[in-house]
Order: sequence, then structure tokens, then C-alpha cells
Amino acid sequence: MVTANRTWDGAVVYRTAKQGWSTELSDSAIVTTSDEARALLAEATADDVGAVGPYIAPVELKDGGKVKPGNLREHIRAKGVTIDLQVPA
Amino acid sequence: MYAYDELDRTLINERVSEFRDQVTRRLSGELTEDEFKILRLQNGVYLQLHAYMFRVAIPYGTLSSKQLRRFAHVARRYDRGYGHFTTRQNIQFNWIKLAELPDALADLAEVGIHAMQTSGNNMRNVTSDQWAGVAPGEIEDPRIWSELIRQHTTLHPEFSFLPRKFKIAITAAEHDRAAIKIHDIGLRLHKNADGETGFEVLVGGGLGRTPFIAKTIKPFVSGRDILSYIEAILRVYNQYGRRDNIYKARIKILVHELGIEKFAKEVDEEWKAMGDVGLTLDHTAIEEVRSRFSYPAYEKLPHMPDELKQAAHDKLFERWRKNSVSAHKVQGYSIVTLSLKPVGGPPGDASAEQMDAVADLADKYSFGEIRVGHEQNLALPHVAKRDLPALFKALDRLGLATPNVNLVTDIIACPGLDYCSLANARSIPIAQELTRRFANHDTADLIGRLHINISGCINACGHHHVGHIGILGVEKNGEEFYQITIGGRADENAQLGTLIGPAVPYAEVADVIEDIVEAYLALRDRPEELFVDTVKRLGVEPIRERVYATR
Repeated sequence: MVTANRTWDGAVVYRTAKQGWSTELSDSAIVTTSDEARALLAEATADDVGAVGPYIAPVELKDGGKVKPGNLREHIRAKGVTIDLQVPA
Repeated sequence: MYAYDELDRTLINERVSEFRDQVTRRLSGELTEDEFKILRLQNGVYLQLHAYMFRVAIPYGTLSSKQLRRFAHVARRYDRGYGHFTTRQNIQFNWIKLAELPDALADLAEVGIHAMQTSGNNMRNVTSDQWAGVAPGEIEDPRIWSELIRQHTTLHPEFSFLPRKFKIAITAAEHDRAAIKIHDIGLRLHKNADGETGFEVLVGGGLGRTPFIAKTIKPFVSGRDILSYIEAILRVYNQYGRRDNIYKARIKILVHELGIEKFAKEVDEEWKAMGDVGLTLDHTAIEEVRSRFSYPAYEKLPHMPDELKQAAHDKLFERWRKNSVSAHKVQGYSIVTLSLKPVGGPPGDASAEQMDAVADLADKYSFGEIRVGHEQNLALPHVAKRDLPALFKALDRLGLATPNVNLVTDIIACPGLDYCSLANARSIPIAQELTRRFANHDTADLIGRLHINISGCINACGHHHVGHIGILGVEKNGEEFYQITIGGRADENAQLGTLIGPAVPYAEVADVIEDIVEAYLALRDRPEELFVDTVKRLGVEPIRERVYATR
């Protein structure tokens, strides 16, 4: 898949098969060859107004077609920080 | 406190308008990200893993209560209700929307706060001792010089496109709390044999991929000449510093490659060749800046007020007082450090509610003034001793009276992989686990002064090289591993730590640190011998043997 940060707010977004962006990993276009990945990245990069810094990132495809982040960095980007955000009031 | 003049206020407001226009053009597509990136970085705006991160300067670590309340407002209105105090007297907001950044900047500008030069290849926030102006034995208030340098270097065209970022720190006390030896330029205020005030100038310190401790380039430069001498250093750096390789672009590499003698000679020649460029600081110029710092009207108070005597039976208060309260230059007053390192909490974070409450306490007990130290803690610099018991109760309610200042749980940590796009591994969860392991304050007291520093990558924002125990996160085959060093320190005897053994996986870090501490307790000469002194006396090997024998 190809991921980036949305320009206006910096949110994590994923390139969809419909040439748009989604905040849901499950909406991302999944490609399996390097040519497809490069093409998806080129198309995403062209949308400089919509999102910043697109790159190719790994995913894991689980049984039933569920998409999971392929490494810790992407897991944190998808699920948020691994720590309790609550600071003592 | 320092009061900005009309020129500063105009400068800050103009920058807000300029940035608002730049953001509008970026969002409309008129500016590409490539064009916009350098502009946002000049205003302290990074793009991190989840969102934009906004770094705001706290010049020489001094804040008014009004300014701290405004941080709370920004945290609440534009972010997720908290901020993170950094190792260079800045605050970072982690979740700001680009579209709202100009408004946040405008709100901060109203109280004289800005984000200029908190990023980019320019002169960064000039930092200083968080106890400046109140530390006993200080030569004089170093913030006056920080401010003079800030004024000269802010938006200076010659320093706006340096080979790489450039950091200056100043201390005026015997004990260096500003970590000047790990800065590009470190300045130590002292007096020469004639009683004249000036600086020992050190250059080439820095951490990151290639760490170096700064070396003395000139033992004494008169205060009146310090701007021109710094300018000469920067000119040499600008001329010879490498722009072809980001990893070799810092001045520390240039100093290392030329050698300190050759570098010093180049600077002296440049300084001489510059002649009189109008940078000599006369008495009037220095006094003009000095006059804009206001100092409290201290009362004449007893050294040991009744309130303190009466509170002495309260064990919790006494533990906190002994740990977090320090001597003040004025009798009857104290400097109080507010630990932002609660057990299980992210180091250096403060909620909007805490910031508002600390601002209120500063108004009530510290003449409306707050300080921020590079250790990621806050301080109230002017607390009357009679008020200490009441202040303790208030801080305890806020979770800001953890009696762990300078102890094993007073951990310096970068944001790590939980936030940072450069990180390879997480820092904060390691710190949180360590604070839980050493949560018993009796144990922490028994261990004594011990600084743990954690960085999530080789860029070393957590200053791991100079931690008594340093922890560096690396990535190996997709897994988080951590290299551990011991024996580093960031004070006047600064030195880099030594690797103790092979990197260990995430799950084992806290165990290894516990073993290192146990080894120290077994090996120390006497209870007063600090961890870092035991390592200095024995070297790394005896500790390595004990820790890695069974691994």
C-alpha cells in the first residue's frame, strides 16, 4: 500500500484504489508487485495538495482478507501511540 | 523576566502574518510541499508519524505565568490537551493541524512567544541554566548574554542558511546545568585575573551519529567582544562546513577534521580580519538588555521560618524538600524543581490543566515566573521558604511533587517511535517501565544520583551518549533493540558513555538496567559514591561481567 500524511491536518492516510485518500487502512489499495507499487506511488505523489510524503509500506493480509500494518512503525501510525496518553491532571 | 520591546513584538507579529499567508498558499496548492517545507521548518513545524509537530521556543528557559497559561490554551484548543517539554528549552505540541497553526502562532505571539528558528539550519534557541539569576555563586545572570546573542542572530541573513543547525548554550555557575559541552558553541561565564567578565568559549560539542565533547577554543573572550567572536566562528563554519553530506555538516565534524588548534587559528584570523564591524558591546548596549530583565522585589525573610520547622515532621514533605528544593541566592527563598517524571508517565509531558495550575502557583508563590530545564522538568525560581509546605501540598495534588529529581526515575527521553518519523524504536514505554521498576522512593534514594537518558534513534535527542546510563534504540530485522552505555555525563565534567555489551531486545531492557544498578550497588566504594564515579573508578568491565555473565 501507499501511505502519507494529509496536508491540512497531518493525519495518516492511505491511497485508495479510487485515486483518493482514506484514513482507514482497510480502504487502501493493496498491490503485490514492485511495478504496481511504483505506479501507485507515482499516482499518489502527483496529488501534492492532498497529502504529503507518500511512500510504499508493507501490509500483512490476514485470513478473510483483513489488512494489517506490516511493521511496528505502520502499526503505530495506524493504531496510535503505544502509551497511555493520559498525563496526570 | 524579560520584556520584549516594540521591535521584537513587531517582528513576531509580522512573522505570524507571513506564515499565515504561506499556509494559505500551501493549502490552495500554490506552494508545493517542496517549496513549503523550508518555510514551515523555519517556524518550528515538522511532520511526524501521526500529525504535524509544532516546536515553540522558550528563550533561556524562562516563562511568565501568562505565557504558560497560553501554552495550556494552545494544548487545549489546537492539540490534544498536553505538551511535551524538550531537552532544549522548547515545548512541542504533537497533534496540531496545519490549517490551524497560524491561529496558534497568533495566540502565542500575543504573549511574546514564537517558534522562529526552532528548526532548520540556523541558530536555534540559545539556552541557559534554568536557575539563571537565582543560583548561589553565579557570576552573573547568563540570560542577559543569551538575549544579546538571540537578538543578534535572529533572522541574521548570514546565519539563516548554515551548513546545519547550530546550538549555543550558556552557563554562569560552577555546576553546569545547561550541558554546554554538548553544544556547537558552549559559553562559560567567568572573570579573568583583572575581574573582567567574559567567556570561556568551547566549540564542536554535539551528540547524534558522531558524538563529541566540545573543546575550549579560547579561555577568555571579553563580554564586549563575544558577538564578534561568535560571528567569526560562524563565518569559518559557513565557509568550511560541509554542505555535501548531512552527516558531516555539523561544526563538530569540521573542528574534528581540522583539529582544534587549526580551527582556533582560522577563527582568530577571521576575527582579526573582520575588524570593527559594529559588534562590540558597549556598556550601554549591555545595560539596555539587562534593564529589560525584571527581578522580584524579595522580602527580608529568615533562613529557617516557623512554617518549615513545623513541617519537618511530615516525612513526605521532608523527602520532597530534600530532593526537589534547592538553595537560592537570596536568604529565605528557594528554587523548587517540579518533576515532570511521574511514575508511569511520559517524561516531560504536562497537561493543559497542569500548566494552568502551575501558572497559578507561580503567581501565588514565585512572582509569576516559571523555568524550564533541559532535563525536561519545570522550576519555580523564587519560592519563599515559608511557602514550601503549602506549595508541596498543591504540587502533590497535581502529580508534580514526585521526589525523584536527579534520581533513577528522572529519565530524559525523546518522543521515540511513538511520535517521531526519524525514530527506529520506542523511548517512552522504556522510560515508563523503568519508572515502575524503580518506583520505590527509598530504593531510588539509596541508589542516589543517576541519570538515565533514552533516544529512539542515533540522532540522540534523548542525549543517550551523556546519560550515566544511556539507552539507544536501534532496529534489527524489524525488531526493536537497545544499545546500552554507561559512564556518560553532561555536566562540567562531560564525557561520553561506553558501550557495555550487545544490544538487547525491547522486553529485556528494564531487566538489564536493573542488573546494572544492582552491580553498581554491589561495587560502589561507599553509599556516597555516585554511579558515574563508580564507573569512572572501576571502568566498564566489572559491571559488564556482572550484567552479561548470565546472558
